[in-house]
This record gives sequence, C-alpha cells and structure tokens, in this order.
Amino acid sequence: MVSGLINENPTVYERKERRVRTDSTNTDEDIRDPEHPYSLEQLKVLTEDSVEVDDFKSYVRVTFTPTVEHCSMATIIGLSVRVKLMRSLPPRYKIDIRVAPGSHATEAALNKQLNDKERVAAALENPNLVEMVDECLSPSFE
Amino acid sequence: MDLMEKNLELIEVQKLEGHTDRVWNAAWNPVSPILASCSGDNSVRIWEQSSLSRSWSCKTVLEETHTRTVRSCSWSPSGKLLATASFDGTTAIWEDLGDEFECISTLEGHENEVKSVSWNASGSYLATCSRDKSVWIWEVLGGNEYDCASVLNGHTQDVKMVLWHPTLDVLFSCSYDNTIKVWWSEDDDGDYQCVQTLDESSNGHSSTVWAISFNAAGDKMVTCSDDLTLKIWGADISMMHSGEGYAPWTHLCTLSGYHDRTIFSTHWSSEDIIASGAGDDAIGLFVDSKQHDPVNGPSFNLLLKKEKAHEMDINSVQWSSSKESRLLASASDDGMVKIWQLETIP
Repeated sequence: MVSGLINENPTVYERKERRVRTDSTNTDEDIRDPEHPYSLEQLKVLTEDSVEVDDFKSYVRVTFTPTVEHCSMATIIGLSVRVKLMRSLPPRYKIDIRVAPGSHATEAALNKQLNDKERVAAALENPNLVEMVDECLSPSFE
Repeated sequence: MDLMEKNLELIEVQKLEGHTDRVWNAAWNPVSPILASCSGDNSVRIWEQSSLSRSWSCKTVLEETHTRTVRSCSWSPSGKLLATASFDGTTAIWEDLGDEFECISTLEGHENEVKSVSWNASGSYLATCSRDKSVWIWEVLGGNEYDCASVLNGHTQDVKMVLWHPTLDVLFSCSYDNTIKVWWSEDDDGDYQCVQTLDESSNGHSSTVWAISFNAAGDKMVTCSDDLTLKIWGADISMMHSGEGYAPWTHLCTLSGYHDRTIFSTHWSSEDIIASGAGDDAIGLFVDSKQHDPVNGPSFNLLLKKEKAHEMDINSVQWSSSKESRLLASASDDGMVKIWQLETIP
C-alpha cells in the first residue's frame, strides 16, 4: 500500500439530487473513493453520462475518470465498479469498464486488465483485494 | 462429404448441472464415455454416460484438494490419468481407480495461478503455464513421480494456454502478450527453446490469445482471441517428421465478424469442423470452404452459429473423439456444462 495519498486535494463537486430511475442505472452511485470519504460521483470520477446502458442487448459500459493521470488506485476503482455492477445487475449483462480516453498514463494496459475476465476472477479470490473493494462498496460513509 | 450442403443443427443432448460457480473447462476422456469439468467452485466433476439409458450423470466430485478455482483439466492419452490446473498455483494428477479418483501427485513451482495443463502424445511429458509468464515442462517418471524438466521463459505476460502438438514433441503456448510461441528441443535432449513467436507482424492477433487447437493431421492449427477473431495457421510438418529441421508456421486465414465478444475457446474436430465458444454466449462452427485459391490460400465458412447456447459466456468447447456421434461439450459462466450433437435434420 502507498503511504502517501495519490491525490491529496481532490476537487469535490456538489452531490446531485437523485431522480427516480430504473435499477440498472442506479447502481453506480455511492461507490466510495479508495482514498477519501467521498463518493466517486462527488469527485466526478463517475457521472451519469459515463454510464452507457442497453438493457435490450444486456450491455453496460462504464467510463471512469481518475482524478490524477498516474492514479495507481485506478485498478481498485475499476474493480469496485465491476463488482458493484455484477452484484446489482442480472447475470445476462455484459460489463465493460474503461478509463476515459486520455485520462490515465497507462490507459491501454489498465483497460486490458480490467476487462480480462480470468484476471478479474483471480483478483477477486485475493482476500486483501476483496477487502479493499468491499470498503469502497460499503454503504455508509457520510 | 460436403457438410455445407446438409441441413445441420446443433441439438442440445443434455444439460449437466452441479457446479456452484462458473465452469471453466470441459475435457472428454479419450477412451471412455467420460467427461471431466472444472470450476470456480474449486472442484472437478466427472460425468459418465450410462450404457443403458445413454444419459449422463455425475459419477464423482473431486474436491478438498485445490483451494482455489480449478481452471483447466486434461486427460492423459491412456485415459487413466487426469491433470487439473488451479489458481492455487498447483497442478494435481488424479488416477481413475474405477470407483473413485485418487490424487497421486501435486506439481508445485509456479509463482501464481496455473492456467492450463497439457499431456504430449505419448504421455511422457506434461506442460503447464501460469500468470507468472512461464511455461513448465514436466517429465513423467514411473511410480507416480513427476520431475520438472524445464522452465521456459519468453512470454512477457500471463500465459493462457499450453498445448502439445498431436504427433510431435513440439509445445505451443498462447498469452495475454498477444503472441503464440512454439517451443522445440532440436537435439531431442530435453533442452527446449522458443523457435518461433507468432505476433502481430506474422499476421497474428492484436489482443490476448486464449486458445489453440490442432487438426488431426497436425499440419494446421486454429487460435482464438480477445481481438474477436479466429486465425488458421499451417506448417509443413512432414519436414519435421523426416528430421529436416524446424518447419515454421504461417498464417493462412483469419475468421472475423462472427463473434462480438472475446472468443475464449476453439477446438478442431477429427472431421475438420472448427468449434468456437465466446463471450457472446454463442457457439460457432466453421468448415473449410474447399476453394483452392492459390493466391489467398484456404478459407473457412460458417457452418452454423448457435446463439444463446448458454445464458452467459462460454469458456470452453470440446469435440468428443467418439467415432459414433458428433458430440460437443460446452462449459459456461452460467455454471452449466452442455452436451450437444451435430445432427442432420430432415
């Protein structure tokens, strides 16, 4: 684990009033940033626009924007988003996670790792990683 | 026999339920009507066909050995031994004792998850590969002894699958580094070297290569990838059989546009039908178009595509070597193993 924080002073945005929506688009809210007690939505790492859903095709793609270009927490964030979606969506859904183009130094490598099903499965068998993911996904942080 | 002219359909024979997590791989026993499957539930299931009812049922569950996902399984050529590769870093060797299976050996050495295991044609060697980027060759000694003969480094990333050539002691591996590597011991002294790397410049894949399969003759192979294509390769192996040195593999054709998600598995049947299984939940079957184009080489046509063969990603497709029927096994993230028959419909 890094001793210093990746981003000491993140810009915090207003939390939007949540409108009532279908289940499949509600699930990306309230994922906690690994370093700060704010949601990814509050840090604009994820926005409503960054989620593309096609319920008919059972497809969802989430694009997230780490707050700094060399963010080493990006893997944890990506993994947490995937786990949250896996736990919330019906099994027929295909999930693609990626970093916003141009937002990270190792964009291609990161995207490849986040979308390799076997690597994700192996990572989720690692109790330390699962603990970190569960921390990000635990509901009460306000 | 021109398959393209017949009205063929892939009929679901039976759905094998039992695994409590995704099924990663299915393997037919080469000599008996037995199928092995392995899963994220850390177990291996052995399914047997009843000679009376012809239906398949779970004969035994191999558990309490691997402590993590069992990623792939492979029968020895004699059909008496089963090797299972696991994320726990070990490869277990099981012996079929009739009533039960006994774990007779555990191969350790890889630094992290073992992804695949393969026996050579004579059953004298085993190969394993791992996320640690290496490929290991193990010698099968008598008395349930296995010795590490070689550790092959060369891949720059996670190695997804290893497969021995069907007739020669040449080893193939494919990886997250987008390449396929060929390993050969020229002097047959057990000193294996990487003699060829099939990468993008050789008309190879542009993303992770997940699987390899050879035709019965061993002069052609098919590979599948996260780049959504299947590629056919060929080599003049008669040259190798006659000891004239290494015959390189060259790209023959690329099959694209048939799957829109990662193709995880491919298998070439003894009747020259190539099966593919992908993340789009579909099974594809392809045959040689038999159009001898001297410029472009061989081409393959889609025989049929079985959409929604499973409810989730298909991780493995395997043709049975049974001469009686064209049976295909498929394994999926939905926890099911399915047995299919390719039939001509009237």
